[in-house]
Amino acid sequence: MKRIVRNHKVRNFHQAKWDEPIIFELHKPGERGVEVPQAEAMIESIVGDGISRIPDTMKRTALPALPEIGQAKVLRHYLRLSQETMGSDFNVEIGQGTCTMKYIPRINEMMIRTPKIMDLHPLQDVSSSQGILEVFYKLDLAMREISGMDKFTFQPSSGTQALLAMASIVRAYHDSRGEGEQRNEIITTIFSHPSQAATAVVKGYKIITLYPDADGFPDIEELKKVISPRTAGFVVANPEDTGIYNPRIKEFTDLVHEAGGICYYDQANANGLLGVTRAKEAGFDMCFFNLHKTFAAPHMCGGPATGALGVVDALTPFLPGPIVEYDGERYDLKEVGDLSIGKVRSFHGVAQTVLRSYAWVRSLGAEGLRQVAHTAVLNNNYLYHKILKIRGASAPYVKGNRLEQVRYSWEQMTEETGVTTEDVTRRMCDFGLHYWTSHHPYVVPQPFTLEPTESYSKEDLDEYINALQQISDEAYSNPEIVKTAPTRSTVHRIEDSSFDDPKEWCITWRAYLKKTTPNE
Amino acid sequence: METRRKASVHPYIPNMIPEVQRQMLDEIGVERIQDLYDIIPDAIKMDRLMDLPPALSEFELKREIDKLLQKNKSANETINFLGAGCWQHFIPAVCDEINQRSEFVTAYAGEPYEDKGRFQSLFEYQSLVAELVDMDVVNVPTFDWAQAASTSLRMASRITGRTEVLLPATIDRDKLMIIANYITPQLSYQLVAFNDPSGELDLEDLKAKVGPNTAAVYFENPTFLGTIESQGQQIADIAHAAGALYVVGVDPSSLGVLKPPSQYGADIICGDLQPLGMHMNYGGGQAGFIATRDEEKFVMEYPSRLFGIAPTIVEGEYGFGDVAYERTSFAHRETGKESVGTQTALWGITAGVYLALLGPYGMQELGQTIMQKSQYAADLLAAIDGVKIRLQSTFFKEFVVDFNGTGKTVREIHQQLLAEGIQGGKDLSEDFPELGQCALYCVTEVHAQEELETLAAAIKTACAIQVKEEVESV
Repeated sequence: MKRIVRNHKVRNFHQAKWDEPIIFELHKPGERGVEVPQAEAMIESIVGDGISRIPDTMKRTALPALPEIGQAKVLRHYLRLSQETMGSDFNVEIGQGTCTMKYIPRINEMMIRTPKIMDLHPLQDVSSSQGILEVFYKLDLAMREISGMDKFTFQPSSGTQALLAMASIVRAYHDSRGEGEQRNEIITTIFSHPSQAATAVVKGYKIITLYPDADGFPDIEELKKVISPRTAGFVVANPEDTGIYNPRIKEFTDLVHEAGGICYYDQANANGLLGVTRAKEAGFDMCFFNLHKTFAAPHMCGGPATGALGVVDALTPFLPGPIVEYDGERYDLKEVGDLSIGKVRSFHGVAQTVLRSYAWVRSLGAEGLRQVAHTAVLNNNYLYHKILKIRGASAPYVKGNRLEQVRYSWEQMTEETGVTTEDVTRRMCDFGLHYWTSHHPYVVPQPFTLEPTESYSKEDLDEYINALQQISDEAYSNPEIVKTAPTRSTVHRIEDSSFDDPKEWCITWRAYLKKTTPNE
Repeated sequence: METRRKASVHPYIPNMIPEVQRQMLDEIGVERIQDLYDIIPDAIKMDRLMDLPPALSEFELKREIDKLLQKNKSANETINFLGAGCWQHFIPAVCDEINQRSEFVTAYAGEPYEDKGRFQSLFEYQSLVAELVDMDVVNVPTFDWAQAASTSLRMASRITGRTEVLLPATIDRDKLMIIANYITPQLSYQLVAFNDPSGELDLEDLKAKVGPNTAAVYFENPTFLGTIESQGQQIADIAHAAGALYVVGVDPSSLGVLKPPSQYGADIICGDLQPLGMHMNYGGGQAGFIATRDEEKFVMEYPSRLFGIAPTIVEGEYGFGDVAYERTSFAHRETGKESVGTQTALWGITAGVYLALLGPYGMQELGQTIMQKSQYAADLLAAIDGVKIRLQSTFFKEFVVDFNGTGKTVREIHQQLLAEGIQGGKDLSEDFPELGQCALYCVTEVHAQEELETLAAAIKTACAIQVKEEVESV
């Protein structure tokens, strides 16, 4: 037979499209998806229908207008929707810089799906939860070694919640020293995640934002100007979202400490630093790791997740509780004292994710973790080197090596062709690849942020680079191809003007029906 | 035959192949990977290998973790009567199937074009919960109920321009800690008393405490102590008369039989999704929801993502996207509404699957079964000498069991129950000292009649041992 030629540089992809109705449109009166357990006949004969005792003021008078759908139809509907979703298992997920989408080991997903985890109640007696408590404690020990901190909690269920917990600890610490009123400012940088500033505001702080110097480093002269007896804390990511590591970080933390402030480190993304450098030596009092980023737990469409929060000894009394302790024989949940910020999330956090990350650390060991960092940084610099050769692309600021990610810019391409980074987002779908611009503010014009992590092979990286190369070629030769994208995704361009108009936006199906049904 | 050195390349890190690394380093123009770290000063670099346990292969890992987890005893191996914010319910298999789908498990921040299914699933989740609570706007889930309540209170504060909130004295003490941390320093709170033994909110105390600076009256139905409040509308009227908003927390598993709070005056409804298809997961199954009317003043105060439906350029095609994105801290950092980031979206999708499976009649039957079984259990316990049900209002799935008459502490009784393979209810003696030796028991549709009778017999025995000991000591 004829040899089948397969020499295209980008993937001949088309995403699944099922033209799937909204679930309410599947409603068929009389169908049902599952049978609910019923009370035994004897119980019913003794207590009756159970609901007659509800006070009349509180009885539901009309059934909720949920759809009635047979089980196979429900399953088919959601499986189709899952196929219209491109998780990181399906693409070379390097386009969500700052969020380290990496390989999610299947064994870990299997191990969390045991009744020994899924069917544990968080308040059950510790004698019957020694296994999970041991996991919490042993991951705490590993995190201490990785960061240099002295104690971890896994209660926060995201990076944002860990940042809130850290801002809360800053406030509790200064309050305990009678300086709570005076210290009302938190210093951060413009290339930090928006949650750093936003969570500090929730705790009542005024935000002071440092802008980068000409090379993209946080400006130490600016820090010296804004630091004062009002400084409560300093929060920063390092490397920042640009991928630039601040080599003078210890000078920053020393300056803040001299002024009486607390330094806390956004290590949501520590992928390039494992086994290379630690929060403690850089002078931080607290840090957190997103287990759903660096530690290979999945992101699950946006949670639930875990922000593992570590502190130095002096701040352990302020941790949310209870915390897991071990006396050499038995693991226990120790209630925290009066200085504690209390709690930030129900119970003990997301236990499944704690187990996933413990398993990941155990599967790599110290040398493996260092290989993770080294390979992530190698992959990133390879990608960086290749992307700078693509017409119209650049990487603002420092010209040296970056760590695990880079914030790039299509400024030149946009000026020369009119094709924007938003257009590239849509066009990348046509090749089966996820690409993200960046979060606000767009200090880098026409930004895009890539982070290859350790999970991808050279061939994977080349595939991604080839897709960007092709889009650049299209932008310079026939920009309409990019501007009218996507053409091979599940959907076409969305008419999104309604999303910002209160008269038009439809946040639920019932609102949609009301707003789109003509008046009689 | 050629053999390869063991574990030279880790299965999770393909680019550890030395030849590939050399090729990539040559491309970059760097001699060694370590050179890529030149920017980090030596003074803060690690000069040793981390001190961690040795790496395990997949086979070894599975064996190790299995052994470790055997130390846990799941709710299936005991009879579990713990609730208090995390409840044991029947989980339809389809919920588990969908929530372990690789596409959903590993998706994150995809655009509406590549993640259309995720956007639609979450829009549908919002729409299904909206029918349950009879409101037109529901958010993409928050961390948990406590977070949903905290944010609801902050929303109310921004809408009213006031800074004090009233909370029920029946509130879960853990939830109170979370709310207190989240609302301070800008907002303060006071607790409104409840009537013992009815369990109803003390309206006179509410009237005394509500005032011109009250942003919100927060109330829960059923209450944390399990009772169904009958005065929902009166509380709403008192709150509204003072210019405050009425925020009601609700267990969604009750809404097939209980009136949704929107029908007795609630302006904002919140609660936990965990009962709708999530395993307990040692507390990792919690997820919060917030619902309001479709009014700009409410919608613009949500910090969370809100997914909306819209047309595309192709007729007949549904598209989805973020509604009023500029509200969020993603867009506006410190000037956005509170903060948003990773929350609990997969649990939202799962809750949608659950509601689609149960439908209106399933939700009604669920509520009915829970009420029948919990009432039966309470009657059995109340028949034991020295044991009574403390609060008299009708309850939903939890109820306060009063052991004060047994002369034994809740802890002592629990130790007896544990020996029988029973996890008793939550000990309330520390959180609610005014109740003395009481415990909050939870009975749901999963409990068989036989298990309820086993519980009653075990408690009776535990109390009898107490009597015997007393006799001996005399």
